Amino acid sequence: MKQVFWLSLLVLSTLLLSPLDMRAAGPPPVGGTLPDFTLPLPGSSTERDYLGLSSRGNFTVPDIKAKVVLIEVLSMYCPFCQKEAPIVNRLYEAIEGNPGHKGKIKLIGIGVGNSAYELDVFRKRYNVPFPLFPDADFTLHKQLGETRTPYFIAVRINEDRTHKVVYSKAGSLGEVTPFIENLVKLSGLK
Amino acid sequence: MKRAFYAGLFLAMAVLVMAPSPVMAQTKSEAYKDNIYNTGTLKPRDSELKGAVGQRAPDFTLPAVAGGKVTLTQYRGKKNVVLSFVPAAWTPVCSDQWPGYNIAKDIFDAHDSILLGITVDNIPTLFAWTNQMGQLWFPVLSDFYPHGKVARTYGVLRSDGTTERALFVIDKTGVIRYIDVHDINKRPPLENLVRELEKLK
Repeated sequence: MKQVFWLSLLVLSTLLLSPLDMRAAGPPPVGGTLPDFTLPLPGSSTERDYLGLSSRGNFTVPDIKAKVVLIEVLSMYCPFCQKEAPIVNRLYEAIEGNPGHKGKIKLIGIGVGNSAYELDVFRKRYNVPFPLFPDADFTLHKQLGETRTPYFIAVRINEDRTHKVVYSKAGSLGEVTPFIENLVKLSGLK
Repeated sequence: MKRAFYAGLFLAMAVLVMAPSPVMAQTKSEAYKDNIYNTGTLKPRDSELKGAVGQRAPDFTLPAVAGGKVTLTQYRGKKNVVLSFVPAAWTPVCSDQWPGYNIAKDIFDAHDSILLGITVDNIPTLFAWTNQMGQLWFPVLSDFYPHGKVARTYGVLRSDGTTERALFVIDKTGVIRYIDVHDINKRPPLENLVRELEKLK
């Protein structure tokens, strides 16, 4: 009985999901991987150092020197992202202030539909301490399944640079301390 | 067996239904939950502009959501004025545009400018809608009755009674210095407006 259930589920979801997959019909699911995209190397050396990137040109998320990367999908124009900004800043401070987490968990933001100028207004308004990347023409947004904003995706990066999505959720991250504890648990970070 | 099959079918369908439809590129803020009406892609422009750069901006008086009335000429000699017409409350793109301006007050201040947001919606609708945006620093005006009178004067009233997504920059002498009747489906980049404000000095 149970076997039949899982089999039919597998067959059906494969059938139904395969055509959707091509147009990134949903956010990256937990257990899956990120869509294929690159980000430009930040202009600021502080940000490059934070991400542990020295090479020129573009990079991918698994290139970031970290065990866990938390990606916030946001927009300068989104009221909840504005409200969330101080919380995400506190999360950053909490990680950087904990020797067990510093260097292991890193944050980046993607400003969907935001020009570099617009995202910079957001950065300055909220003193965002982590790197933000504009996605002015919604290219990344489409690849990420047109998530709502804010949306958080955490990926675990393995030694061999493979990665796995361990968290994928719309809305506020909530309280900072339990969020970090949960992230540590989900990613198997010790 | 049968039950398991239907359970599997149900789950697969649920996944399918939750997938977003391929509409125009836009962000959906969690702030509005599911209350944004999907307009689909609209005719980019559907009106005939009446004012022109270099002309005197037509005066108007409209009720504000916060109470009282706002008259354009009250800013004469004091502030540059940016008029931001947006098509309608609870529609995509518009629901994002003003929250963006809301965190750019210092830019407007730096250029001695006030922003006036205008739609053809009535005050209660605008009240409920703008409440989702947080505390707005600029007046939001209702061009509801007589319907779209100010929008018509400026030539940005569309044939369906909504307005264009349009920006007018009016200097301290009351002269129109910049007009952007934007593709209704897209948000005008903030830097375009800021560049025009910089020219006012």
